[in-house]
Amino acid sequence: MSTNELKGWKEIPIGGVIVEAGNSARYETGGWRTFRPLMDGQLCKNCLFCWIYCPDSAIEVEDGKVKGINLRYCKGCGICARECPAKAIQMIEEAKVSAGE
Amino acid sequence: MATLKELSKREELLAGGHRLCAGCGASIVVRQILLAAGRNVVVSCATGCLEVSTSIYPYTSWRVPFIHSAFENSAATVCGVEAMYQSLKRRGKLPVDEEIKFIAFGGDGGTYDIGLQSLSGGLERGHDFLYVCYDNGAYMNTGIQRSSSTPLGADTTTSPVGKVIPGKQQYRKDLTDIVEAHHIPYLAQASPHNWKDLTHKVEKALSIKGPKFLNVIAPCHRGWRAGVNQTIELARLAVETCFWPLYEVEDGKLTINYKPREKKPIIEWIKLQGRFSHLLKPENEHILRRLQEGIDAKWESLLRREGEK
Amino acid sequence: MGKPVAMTGNIAVANAMRQINPDVCAAYPITPSTEVMQQFASFVADGKVDTELVTAESEHSAMSACIGAAAAGGRVMTATSANGLALMWEMLYIASGNRLPIVMTVVNRALSAPINIHGDHSDGMGARDSGWIQIYSENAQEAYDNLIQAVVIGQHRDVRLPVMVGMDGFIISHSIENLELLSDQEVKDFIGEYLPLYPLLNIKQPVTYGPLDLQDYYSEHKRQQAEAMKLAKPVILKVAQDFAALSGRKYGFFETYRLDDAEMAILTLGSSAGTARFVIDRAREQGVKVGLIKLRVFRPFPMKELQAALGHLKALAVMDRCDSFGAAGGPVFSEVRSALYDLSPHPAVVNYIYGLGGRDLGIAHIEQVIRDLQEIRQTGCIRELLTYLTVRE
Repeated sequence: MSTNELKGWKEIPIGGVIVEAGNSARYETGGWRTFRPLMDGQLCKNCLFCWIYCPDSAIEVEDGKVKGINLRYCKGCGICARECPAKAIQMIEEAKVSAGE
Repeated sequence: MATLKELSKREELLAGGHRLCAGCGASIVVRQILLAAGRNVVVSCATGCLEVSTSIYPYTSWRVPFIHSAFENSAATVCGVEAMYQSLKRRGKLPVDEEIKFIAFGGDGGTYDIGLQSLSGGLERGHDFLYVCYDNGAYMNTGIQRSSSTPLGADTTTSPVGKVIPGKQQYRKDLTDIVEAHHIPYLAQASPHNWKDLTHKVEKALSIKGPKFLNVIAPCHRGWRAGVNQTIELARLAVETCFWPLYEVEDGKLTINYKPREKKPIIEWIKLQGRFSHLLKPENEHILRRLQEGIDAKWESLLRREGEK
Repeated sequence: MGKPVAMTGNIAVANAMRQINPDVCAAYPITPSTEVMQQFASFVADGKVDTELVTAESEHSAMSACIGAAAAGGRVMTATSANGLALMWEMLYIASGNRLPIVMTVVNRALSAPINIHGDHSDGMGARDSGWIQIYSENAQEAYDNLIQAVVIGQHRDVRLPVMVGMDGFIISHSIENLELLSDQEVKDFIGEYLPLYPLLNIKQPVTYGPLDLQDYYSEHKRQQAEAMKLAKPVILKVAQDFAALSGRKYGFFETYRLDDAEMAILTLGSSAGTARFVIDRAREQGVKVGLIKLRVFRPFPMKELQAALGHLKALAVMDRCDSFGAAGGPVFSEVRSALYDLSPHPAVVNYIYGLGGRDLGIAHIEQVIRDLQEIRQTGCIRELLTYLTVRE
């Protein structure tokens, strides 16, 4: 956040209260990643282990099916890849993926 | 008992964008608990990793009402919230059809150590709340100092492996036993690798009136010095070695929720963690032995107690 | 006007709490404030209030529960003394930082060590920078009146700060005196409905209390607190005015006695004003132009108002029932003297530390203070800036 976006003391709620629930969704932690999870939809059996074990609420599930990985939040820990029984997720070095993009 | 598919249709109540470490065990624990609890909960949290990383002003990851006040008082704080709920409900100032549950989180430092009195007070007074200790076995937020939950032999920044003293000299405190002595209606130990067991315990706990307690192992790869992707594996092994037995005590009746087909030796868990690497040296074998003895004794006592009629 | 009743300060305050009927009280016993919560627990047990009483296992947890309860969205009260207040220390700052209008009676008592259970102001004065409004009382009537006003002051939308109301341990808390209580209905109407701000229990609008506030916003939140203290001043006066209309009893930031034409004055806080008035009357009979100022509100500190009230004096003695070891003098002295620095000419200001651990302040002591003031008045010289008044050499 740049300094000019910072609000003055008259503009913010008192007491340090944050009134917008879950607004950290606007804060992206994807930049922390050194490895990126790549999912092979063919191999995925939608067991949802990746989803339940993700520390960053980054696995997107719709109707009980994995839709993808939200790279805005994914920090690249690789738990999903390690716990995937179908070996459907590969961790690729971020630098290599980015270079290919 | 909800399936993963059912759970996945519930609202995600811990938003992404929090700043816990990659691979943090605590956030996995909290996500699972909130999925089980649903949105009608108010959460209090002790100072610690979980709190500082999920509520960095002006951002919050909490989609449920959340209060952090200090380190040693997560229980007392939630008891105050709950007391106000009871009062306003009685006075007809809250919607009658709206039932709210209360969950207090604390790490092992904030629960076993500095917050023990506050927890004990809240349990004894009988407030209607669930206390969850996410136990990673040290003061991780301040840089991996020993707590009374740190296992025997562990290398921490205040129980370092030195030339004379090889890591922590004491067994860990058995907090779950201490909590049990309060004779509350429900308490349990759980682990995030067994999401089914954990979410079920949360659902069960929240269906019971009065004080409830969950001690949940929350591996910290930074403090344990393991791979960033090994969090769930370490939790699983903690259970397979019976370092962290999954059991519950409901109205005084103890049930072991998971018995490993073959109880693994503690070295299987130890060897994955840098904090125990010195225990693999021959001169420290006696510490490893003591550690195993302590684990065996606890497991045996649980089996005995479960068998009691 | 109600009929006079005989009560101790503690029982008077407990009755104010009964009439206020807060949503939650969380407390822990400590001498000499124990009786407040003890009496209140009887009111709860007898169904005279429907407050949720949390009998915490420590003062730290008591204040923590007060904080949780206030953030949940209702009216919260408690009481404590001395070491109990000290154990709450961390939480006092959190209550004010979270802007929770908790109202607490502090039955002022000396701090250990050595342990002493009697009245002095060390506890309250130590908490003077904790962000709480501080009001001190001279007697049980004032403690009762102040507590009721404190509720209205703290909850005001311009203020939203916690308030402590002090009364001297044993001297007020345990002495029976005649006082007038308002009717239950009058108190109920006076304090009005409590309007919560950001209540945790509104699960439809989830809020986060107590985030990590770093270099980018912490200063702004502290600046808001400073503003709230500033805005509390007119609110305190307005509430006092409304209270006077109801009760006939007048309050301000301070009360003066024979001060207008005085050349010298004594400034006190708490129960010692009575003795001072008596001695001042006797001195006046002998033509000594001395008056009294009794400070009621210490936070927010009424600097401008004190300048206006004291500027005409030649000499002023500030009485501190608390030491501030290593400082220029007691806490009240340091602030009053600083307030008068801008005036030119300004009165000579001297400090007396007295009554620690409940030591009596006698007539002879005040007479000595007046003699000293007269000497300063005559010679223009201060012999002793700081005098320990009630101590054996």
